[in-house]
Amino acid sequence: MSNRVINILVPAISIILGLLVGAAVMLFSGYDPVAGYIALWNGIFGDSYAIGETIRQISPYILAGLAVAFAFRTGLFNIGVEGQLMVGWFAAVYVGSTFELPMYIHLPFSLLAAAVAGALWGLVPGILKAALRVHEVIVTIMMNYIALHVVNALIKTVSGGSYKTDRIQPTASLRSDFLSNLTDYSTLHYGIFVALIMAVVMWFILEKTKTGFELKSVGFNENASQYAGMNVNKNIILSMVISGAFAGLGGAMEGLGTFGSMTNQAGFTGIGFDGIAVALLGANSPLGVIFGASLFGSLKYGANNMPNAANIPLEIVSIVIALIIFFVACGYIIRVGLQRLNKKKEAK
Amino acid sequence: MSFLEVLYFMVPTSIAYAAPLILTAIGGVFSERSGVVNIGLEGLMVMGAFIGIVFNLAYADVFGGWTPWIALLVAMLVSAIFSIMHAVASVSFRADQVVSGVAINMLGIAIALFSVKMIFGKGQTDFIQHKIPRVNIPILQDIPFIGPMLFKSVYGTSVMAILIAVIAWFVIYKTPFGLRLRSVGEHPMAADTMGINVAKIRYTAVILSGGLAGIGGAIYSQTMTGDFGHATINGQGFMALAAMIFGKWHPIGAMGAALFFGFAQALAISAGSIDIDFIQKIPSVYFHILPYVLTILALAGFIGKANAPKASGVPYIKGSR
Amino acid sequence: MEYVIEMLNITKQFGNFRANDNITLQLKKGEIHALLGENGAGKSTLMNVLFGLYQPEEGEIRVNGKKVNVTSPNVANDLGIGMVHQHFMLVENLTVTENIILGSEPKKMGVVNSKDAAKKVAELSKLYGLNVDPYAKIEDISVGMQQRVEILKSLYRGANILIFDEPTASLTPQEIQELIGIMKKLITEGKSIILITHKLQEIMDVSDRVTVIRKGQGIGTVVTSETNPEELATLMVGRQVTFKTEKGPSHPQEEVLKIENLVVLDYRGIEKVRGLNLSVRKGEIVGLAGIDGNGQSELIEAITGLRKVKSGKITINSKDVTGLKPRKITEAGMGHIPQDRHKHGLVLDFSVGYNAALQEYYQLPYSKNGIMNYDAITEKANQIIEEFDVRTQGEHELARALSGGNQQKLIIGREVSRDPDLLIAALPTRGLDVGAIEFIHKRLIEQRDKGKAVFLISFELDEVMNVSDRIAVIHDGQIVDTVIPSETNEQELGLLMAGHSKEEKEQHAMKEGADRDV
Repeated sequence: MSNRVINILVPAISIILGLLVGAAVMLFSGYDPVAGYIALWNGIFGDSYAIGETIRQISPYILAGLAVAFAFRTGLFNIGVEGQLMVGWFAAVYVGSTFELPMYIHLPFSLLAAAVAGALWGLVPGILKAALRVHEVIVTIMMNYIALHVVNALIKTVSGGSYKTDRIQPTASLRSDFLSNLTDYSTLHYGIFVALIMAVVMWFILEKTKTGFELKSVGFNENASQYAGMNVNKNIILSMVISGAFAGLGGAMEGLGTFGSMTNQAGFTGIGFDGIAVALLGANSPLGVIFGASLFGSLKYGANNMPNAANIPLEIVSIVIALIIFFVACGYIIRVGLQRLNKKKEAK
Repeated sequence: MSFLEVLYFMVPTSIAYAAPLILTAIGGVFSERSGVVNIGLEGLMVMGAFIGIVFNLAYADVFGGWTPWIALLVAMLVSAIFSIMHAVASVSFRADQVVSGVAINMLGIAIALFSVKMIFGKGQTDFIQHKIPRVNIPILQDIPFIGPMLFKSVYGTSVMAILIAVIAWFVIYKTPFGLRLRSVGEHPMAADTMGINVAKIRYTAVILSGGLAGIGGAIYSQTMTGDFGHATINGQGFMALAAMIFGKWHPIGAMGAALFFGFAQALAISAGSIDIDFIQKIPSVYFHILPYVLTILALAGFIGKANAPKASGVPYIKGSR
Repeated sequence: MEYVIEMLNITKQFGNFRANDNITLQLKKGEIHALLGENGAGKSTLMNVLFGLYQPEEGEIRVNGKKVNVTSPNVANDLGIGMVHQHFMLVENLTVTENIILGSEPKKMGVVNSKDAAKKVAELSKLYGLNVDPYAKIEDISVGMQQRVEILKSLYRGANILIFDEPTASLTPQEIQELIGIMKKLITEGKSIILITHKLQEIMDVSDRVTVIRKGQGIGTVVTSETNPEELATLMVGRQVTFKTEKGPSHPQEEVLKIENLVVLDYRGIEKVRGLNLSVRKGEIVGLAGIDGNGQSELIEAITGLRKVKSGKITINSKDVTGLKPRKITEAGMGHIPQDRHKHGLVLDFSVGYNAALQEYYQLPYSKNGIMNYDAITEKANQIIEEFDVRTQGEHELARALSGGNQQKLIIGREVSRDPDLLIAALPTRGLDVGAIEFIHKRLIEQRDKGKAVFLISFELDEVMNVSDRIAVIHDGQIVDTVIPSETNEQELGLLMAGHSKEEKEQHAMKEGADRDV
């Protein structure tokens, strides 16, 4: 087994283990895991409507995953995707609902607003890390909660005391009649293309540009990068800003595509945290992220079918996702296991 | 409310909010002092809150007035067992401790909600009948000013939290275990060469953090909400993490920070009803975000220097330098 | 003869790699027994086996003739084996006493009784002349005292056999003398000592017998008084070693690097370079001799732009580069082989190719308008690999996977291939085997012969003596003297390094003469 094969096997085994333990939980709780997983499958692929909704769900996951992955690739752990996504969502809806502009300006402007808001939310931990060496994990966690409360307060303010913003203008909407009709009137929107384009953008920045070379270098070794004449602080900030922009666009998927408005959030969307799993599962590569997002987006949407079709609480899927993250985190031990297995085979 | 009435209301409310934070933050102190980052505190608290309510509902008939207290113990046990997952991943499997913590958080809320739906067939539990009672402490409550503020209608759990903080200080700074704990979190290889079992200390510390966060969660649900749903804990674990950092990884410091954050929460919910003009004018969002903003400022070094244990977050691999 | 420790035919394997292959070492009671070998020969592994940190696959250990199983450091402690680690195993924010009692804390009703412990530490310190303050925090005491705390840790646990792992690496000459005194005192108090080292002179000075290992294999044991450094070197390396590096006379021309009244602060804000003056000319190698911690790191970092300059002036080819960014200084004609190749020299998780382009990636042909040209980088990498004999599976291999010597060759290749007028080589041979050291010395001389200015910083006196054309001695942030290698000797350099000025040095010599007369 080559390293490459092992690198693919580790996430694959994590997924299988997650599903197996999930099945055990169902069995133990008196549910039928086979029926459960069939319901899940049908929830994802059952008909064209389900497929449309599943793809719709995947879009923000791709962007959240890209945000986490991009930061990871440059040596930073952005747990703040959740907060960046929320401020992006709000900014997109605000711009989308307040201004009246032709579509070819309004939609890009709204998307840009989301990206900028997310980028600003990433800028704070970026600057603190660059200037004062404050660890970004704690700051981004704190920024999540600040985002939650601030966004809720802003919703109240802009709506004049209501719990919900105005709907966005049609000129700012990602909704597509064409895609919707294609998928039996699902809420599928153009966001998936935005997400896929961003995956290409990430690949291009990291693999083709000078900036990408510097970002990766700083991520691996700040000292050597400084030695080689790179501006370490600039790159740290840039990395968090780009990461935040991806996350903000993830929010735009919800604001301009799925919901068209923003309601008061009692808690987090969870998309940002799932983004960590998406990135890890995808080994922080753009292609991997698309794959990871497809898996988690599908699971998340498909789960909605489980209570009706199999009478199983849909939280079982959250359990499975959490377990997959846990097993991916424990990748080291899976790796060791695989290598042992490998050796035994060779010995034979 | 007059100013004095405000104080008599605010101080006990602050302490009530602070109690779960104190216990959870001290759990965090144990874990991080041993070198294991534990951002899974939130999930461990959720588990404690859930178990506390479910046990309380199930056994209220059997144990009567003792129910909430026994529920605390059971919550402690279950969360301690739950935290073993994090210990295994972080200590034995060399997992990324932040990722493992994220998984614990997601798993905690998912298991709790799954179980709630399974048991109750809806998104939240029923309300408990036996909340943790408020008590008046004899004699002390009669002291003028201080008595009504600190010793009248307080939760026994608040007193317990403060006692545990003092005990934690004693354990960490006065006992052999504490010395070993601190050395393992700073320089695990040095501890290893002195014959200290690094893994054992770290397991112990993580499980302690699980137990304490479990009690913290169960206190919160049995004093503040009375039931359990998806938004019951909603960030209390992360606020405890903030209190731990704000308290500079010191149990008494963490207690102080938790008390302050409790005060901020109490203000956020009651600012509107306080008859003081400038407080009423401040939007509650500022009180909500205060703990988090302060923690960022503390980390940035604007409020003294905060140093994390050196080996925090780094798996100990024998034989590597 | 009575042996207190016998390690018989020890084999220790990591994966497919045999770190120790059938090694035997026998320690007599009351002797100082040196364990000699090159970096990576397996000395530390062998001692970690003895100390219970590793378990051997084969072989047995006997203590006082009895076979034992050392399964953990605790067992080693119980057997009276103590280790003074090269990288001190001390918890910085704890006190001396707390560090010493860690793991076997005296208790009074469940509480650590540090008072009694501190008393005992003070007693031990006095008995062995260690002069350690039991209440001081580790982070506040000197390196020498930290080492003595390490010794006390073993003594406190009643160790009779002490293993010293490269104990002189970070000590000043005075501290080394003190340490030798302490070791002899330990022997008279009935202890036995294993001394791990690769420094031949040290062995000649203090040891009774020497066991030599090479590439994990035991070569044999010799009596120190019956051998000489040349023989030991041959045993250690496995072939004749020339101590003198071949080189012709130097032809220095105009100044390339000029440093005037330089003052640099360290990270704590303490002046580490204090008004330093120095120049390096075309066509010469200037060696900077000094004991670690006398401002060398701060000096190099200031020259290369990695650290702020407080005051003073640095010029390269008459261009003022004081306080410029690293890139500007590099572009002014500087090449830099950094002292820590893992920290500054390489991005270990980058490929060999990326690392080869680390200094030039932003220029043509490696990038244009912000877009990288990886083909050009591959070409450049292959060129360096070939020219500098970097043993690698190819430019795609991660730098991490290379051996230390090959990593260093890659760095030197990268720096030299840019054809800089000034080459700064900081500890270029640290941790390398003899073959790689020879290669690197040759390359430095080759640069000199091409008319470049070479500035060599080293803690190894041999290296400075052999490679340099001039030696500047640094002490406490200042150049105390500049000498010509052929006109000096290690004793004189040692005194200069310890801070004696030339005049003092002469007085010292006279005083020594006077002492002898008495």
